[in-house]
Amino acid sequence: MTRVAVIVFPGSNCDADTLAAARAAGSDAYFVWHRDTDLRQADVVILPGGFSYGDYLRSGAIARFSGVMASVTAHARGGGAVLGICNGFQILCEAGLLPGGLMRNARLRFLSRPVWVRVDQTDTPFTRLYDKGEVLEIPIAHGDGRYVVDARTAAELEAMDQVVWRYVRDNPNGSTNDIAGVTNAGRNVVGIMPHPERRNAPALGGQDGARVFHSMEARHATQHAMDVRAVDDRHLRV
Amino acid sequence: MTAFRVEVRVMPRAALLDPQGQAVEHALHALGFSEVARVRMGKHLVLDVKAASRDEALARARAMCDQLLANPVTEDYDLALDGEAPR
Repeated sequence: MTRVAVIVFPGSNCDADTLAAARAAGSDAYFVWHRDTDLRQADVVILPGGFSYGDYLRSGAIARFSGVMASVTAHARGGGAVLGICNGFQILCEAGLLPGGLMRNARLRFLSRPVWVRVDQTDTPFTRLYDKGEVLEIPIAHGDGRYVVDARTAAELEAMDQVVWRYVRDNPNGSTNDIAGVTNAGRNVVGIMPHPERRNAPALGGQDGARVFHSMEARHATQHAMDVRAVDDRHLRV
Repeated sequence: MTAFRVEVRVMPRAALLDPQGQAVEHALHALGFSEVARVRMGKHLVLDVKAASRDEALARARAMCDQLLANPVTEDYDLALDGEAPR
């Protein structure tokens, strides 16, 4: 069972939904308060959506200095899986764990509606159960969702296949290259602007987001199966 | 130690779309200020800083900008000390 730490900042408001989505996928998910520094042997860390610290200065700018972020950074640098959803994505960019930054939507309005995103990369801890090219309907709810990077970094992201999700049909916020989510060079840190935790059951209008959470569990199961096989092989050889 | 007032101007990078500035520009045009060719909109922070010298006050303010007050991916900044020209 994957241990999933959902970080709670003052102003997080998708923490409970995210915890519920991880548990629905079979994970052992729990909250970690932003002042705590112990991630309690988390396999996966999720920074949920919301408006941490009221989005003062810039979205995610203050949350980045929370006590827990040093532990999240150490977890990420050690190769541990980290997912940032919406405000969590903004925090990961501010913390330098993901490239780029998120600015005010091109048409200024706060947008809360479903969008369509295409899964462009499936070799991340959060997309392994999707098919490449699959189009998902997942809602956005953001005012600062326009992903920006300089032209050189954008070219690098494309060349290294680091764009994980891309808006299709329309680009709601003016993001560079229609980017809805990216991963780092190590492919263990992932950020997404839409909210997969809001589409993980038919009662919520669809379940296109559910496999983001099931993917974490699948990764764990694969790892576990490999461990068991390794033990068995050794046993056979002995 | 002397008290210095450092003014920080943070602006969206020139190459990036500034929708807030554009909205203000459109509103000015609607009011008849057709001479306005372009509006860019940023932030202005005023810091009262204790430091041993002007240079130290500026150096500390620069460190604050690099670590927190401006995002180097999306913003540029400049500093002005007690009404001097920005640097």
